[in-house]
Amino acid sequence: NGTGDERRHRRDLKLYYGMDNGETEATSHIVPQSSDPCNLDGANFQSQLYLSKLIQERSLTELMDEEQKMVRDIKGLDSDMQTLVYENYNKFISATDTIRKMKNDFRKMEDEMDHLASNMSAITDFSTSISSTLQDRRQQITKLAGVHSLLKKLQFLFELPARLNKCIEMEAYVQAVRYYTKAQRVLHQYEHMPSFQGIHTDCEIMIKHLRGRLMDRFRQKESTAKQLTECVDLLLQLGEPAESLCDEFLSHARHKLDEDLGELQRQMKLYSGELSPSEEQRPSQAYMNPGMDVLEFVDSGCNGFLSNMCLVIASYNDMFMNRPQADESLDTVALRKLVVFVNDLMEQYFSSVRQRVQLEKETGDNTILVRALDRFHRRLQAMNKLLPDTDFSRAGTEIVSKGAKDRVVHYLKSLKQHFADCLTDIRQSLAAPRIAGKQDHGTRLADLLANMQSSVVEQFKSVLGNLQAFIAPDITFAMKPYFRGPFCSQDVREGLVVAFVKHVCTVCNDFCEVPGDKTTSPPALLLILSRFCIDLENAAISYLLSLAEEQFMVEDRTSVTAATDLFAMAKDTGQRLLNHYVRVQGLTISQMLRKSVETRDWLNTIEPRNVRAVMKRVVEDITAIDMQVGQLYEEGVRRERSSDSSRRTHALSTSQQNRRPQWNYAPSIDNSLMSNIQKLFSEKIEIFSAVEFSKVSVLTGIVKISLKTFLECVRLRTFGKYGLQQIQVDTHYLQLYLWRFVSDENLVQVLLDEIVCSAVHRCVDPVMMEPSVIDLICERG
Amino acid sequence: MEDDAPVIYGLEFQARSLCAQEAEGDSIHFLVGTQSLRAENQVHFIDFDDENNIINKTIFLHQEGEIWNISSSVSDVSLFSTCFSKTTETESELKAAVWQIPDNRDPPSPVGDDGSSSHPHLILKCYLEPEVRSDVKSVLWQPSGDNHTVIGLCEDKIVFWDLNTASSAPKVVSSINVEGKGQHKMTSGRWNPHHNCNQIATANDTSVRGWDLRTMSQVYTIESAHGQLVRDLDFNPNKQYYLVTCGDDCRVKFWDTRKVTEPLKVLSEHSHWVWSVRYNTFHDQLVLTSSSDSRVILNSVVSLSSEPYGHLVEKDDGDDDSLHESSQESPKMVSWSLTRSMKTVSMLSAGQVLTLGHLLPSAMMDDW
Repeated sequence: NGTGDERRHRRDLKLYYGMDNGETEATSHIVPQSSDPCNLDGANFQSQLYLSKLIQERSLTELMDEEQKMVRDIKGLDSDMQTLVYENYNKFISATDTIRKMKNDFRKMEDEMDHLASNMSAITDFSTSISSTLQDRRQQITKLAGVHSLLKKLQFLFELPARLNKCIEMEAYVQAVRYYTKAQRVLHQYEHMPSFQGIHTDCEIMIKHLRGRLMDRFRQKESTAKQLTECVDLLLQLGEPAESLCDEFLSHARHKLDEDLGELQRQMKLYSGELSPSEEQRPSQAYMNPGMDVLEFVDSGCNGFLSNMCLVIASYNDMFMNRPQADESLDTVALRKLVVFVNDLMEQYFSSVRQRVQLEKETGDNTILVRALDRFHRRLQAMNKLLPDTDFSRAGTEIVSKGAKDRVVHYLKSLKQHFADCLTDIRQSLAAPRIAGKQDHGTRLADLLANMQSSVVEQFKSVLGNLQAFIAPDITFAMKPYFRGPFCSQDVREGLVVAFVKHVCTVCNDFCEVPGDKTTSPPALLLILSRFCIDLENAAISYLLSLAEEQFMVEDRTSVTAATDLFAMAKDTGQRLLNHYVRVQGLTISQMLRKSVETRDWLNTIEPRNVRAVMKRVVEDITAIDMQVGQLYEEGVRRERSSDSSRRTHALSTSQQNRRPQWNYAPSIDNSLMSNIQKLFSEKIEIFSAVEFSKVSVLTGIVKISLKTFLECVRLRTFGKYGLQQIQVDTHYLQLYLWRFVSDENLVQVLLDEIVCSAVHRCVDPVMMEPSVIDLICERG
Repeated sequence: MEDDAPVIYGLEFQARSLCAQEAEGDSIHFLVGTQSLRAENQVHFIDFDDENNIINKTIFLHQEGEIWNISSSVSDVSLFSTCFSKTTETESELKAAVWQIPDNRDPPSPVGDDGSSSHPHLILKCYLEPEVRSDVKSVLWQPSGDNHTVIGLCEDKIVFWDLNTASSAPKVVSSINVEGKGQHKMTSGRWNPHHNCNQIATANDTSVRGWDLRTMSQVYTIESAHGQLVRDLDFNPNKQYYLVTCGDDCRVKFWDTRKVTEPLKVLSEHSHWVWSVRYNTFHDQLVLTSSSDSRVILNSVVSLSSEPYGHLVEKDDGDDDSLHESSQESPKMVSWSLTRSMKTVSMLSAGQVLTLGHLLPSAMMDDW
């Protein structure tokens, strides 16, 4: 209840002072309570309602208690009221006292303020009088200070030449230039005054001197880059034209770089032997130093020329480009100059590298070359970053590609050489042991072929292996598609494999072209080569191609020679060689036969007792050829006719019997008519049909040519009786031995029959020998 | 030429010799000599009527023996020479004679009308005999028309006869012996129509030799002209120094006689002996060759011809190649008609058949 009381008091006070605000919330909060008519403290309290409510709700005792409590409350309230009134009264009294005291104090203060005002006006008077007296002095002082600084400046000017001199002596060029630039404008401005002019000219002389010193330093070879930069900086400040400085600098740099290039050239000449080292060195040293190898060369190029070049470019950039005070045009001019300069020198450098790489002709391992090219390539790429507008890597790649191509060409050359060596070897071993016996001779053909094939393939493999160095994974340029693509497909596949096969074909074809006149190639060589070509067609070409394609991962197969073309070419060449072989061998035997027929007097020969030696020789030779060919070619297809000799002799004898009546005819029209009619029905013999790749076919060709010659020769002669009989014996002998070599023995039969027939025709006294006697002679012979 | 089919003319006997009659003006004449050991040999005088495509023939008896070579005089139509062999039981030698075709002969009878066996004889003008007995391989007439001198190629010498003597036997004017070792027998020869007819060339085994008739000495030699025997040669009729040879090595080679180390061109179409080679008189790019590989090939060698390149519109193949091939059994001799340049080719199929073709030679089979 104590709190309730307090609140009530406060509210009352508030109401009294009109301090509603701020408490509105509280009051509004209280509103529901106070709106209760039964609340004693509420504003809407209705005593009647409250009373009736009390009486209705409470018991008597409670009412009693309520009454007592009410009385107690009233008493409390009354005492509160009293205390409040008292307190207020006290406060009122003390406030009245305070106001009275204040009234007294203010009266005193007014007096003091009046006094202060009078003092202030006195001070103002004094101050104005002082400042008016001091006015003149101040102006004089200001003037004096101005004169002083001017004098100082003048002193600086007068001292300038000496200072500059001193600076120059002390090599403090920076200081000197700063002084000069400070004074320059003034001097320029007062040039017309004689004294200044003196100073000016003095300074000019000094600066000229300085400039000269700087230029000297600039031109000195041993000046460091930093010194150079400083020099250029100062010279630019001194107003030296930038362009000429650029030129000066570049020509200075060129001097150094030219030395490097010259050294490279010298090394190259040393290497190529154009220049003998003894010109500059002692002979012993010269012997030791035959010029750098390509790796050293490229190294020295990189370390010497290219490093210097980079240095030059870098310092040039520092000096002339991106200068804060320089204008755009200077930048572009300077850049242009630099680019021209660099391009020119790089051109020279490339050309010497190119020449040097071209000198690299030795066979064998080219890892050094590849490493050298790799280093070169990398280094160029690094350089590209330095000078953004130019592209040296293209030229570099061209050199690398050229180098690789040169190697391929070189290897192709060495392969060709190797092939030629193989041929020479074969020639030699064919020529050497002729006496060793034909048996032996025959077996060796196959060996020679195998040797040649394996050696060619081996050589090829080693070449491909060597070339693989160019596409090793650790080589940077090998990974570039613009190098790798053309190199693998154009250089290696086309330039090496295809070109080699073509070369082989050309060489072989040359053997067929108009030989036999001057340089006769041994027939065995033709045979070996023809087999070699066939093997090329069958296996080797595809092997070599796949080898190359695998090792070099050739992917682009659009612009390459098709393997089938090569097959066709090889096959064609083989065919030509074999044809040529047949022709050469056939002509050799023909020659023998021709001589034997031409030199004999067939009219006056004795009765035949033996087979002529030349026939035996022919059979021997053909047997030898058979052995030769058998070494390299398969047997081939024989026409099934009669393999057993009994049937063959039977056929022979019957055919002779068939012919017999014809010979007894009077040799006239009827004779030839008969033979013509007979020919119409017999199979036509194609004497010069193309040869197949088989032993039988080759032998057939040779035999056909030989017999044809025999026939032609017989027709040119005139025979006596015994001459004719000798021919009979000879042909029978040939018949006995030649049938086994040919595909169709009927063919030999027909040709031999024709020979006999022709001999009969050319005989003055055609009397045939008994077949039994012929058999006897032949068996004996 | 409405009919392009070749005209074929059959002979009774085998034959190896053929020549075009050189002296005749317009008409196309050939002489063929037969070879028979047993029967009487004949010389066929063949007149080819170009326009009607008809052959007229006259057969003369040649009693002396087998004819190996025949050649006609350049200036006198009626004269020709033969080289023939007289064969007895024990020996056979080659002799030469000059013959005259009788003037009062019957008009040539058409082919087929062959009933009468009594053929007229030839008039023997004279025998050509070398001083020392030797086989005469062939006889050459002076190409410029000087009818007095003939040359005989013997085995190892060249003999000159003067026909213009009163006596019946011509006098041997001079002779050149072929020097050298080994085999130097002549196989054939040609009189060079250029240089005032002062040169001849002969084929000796594998080499070709040129002779100057004024000095009677050898002027050039093509050693190893062919790998084997040289069978025949011919001079380019329009271009001096140019020579073509053929031989047993199956090749046909063109030479410049001023530079004999290398042939100008080599043709290797044939696959057996090339028996004979002839230039066409007017179109010297056309060269006819025959070979025992049963083919006659007409080659067009424009690059070595006197005619400017591309001039010949009719058959302008542009480059050198073989124009025609014709399959024969064994053609031994070819010859061009000397009158109508391009028109007619005659060829002896080395046997009993003579074929006249209009550029496209063809023949019937007979193998000899």
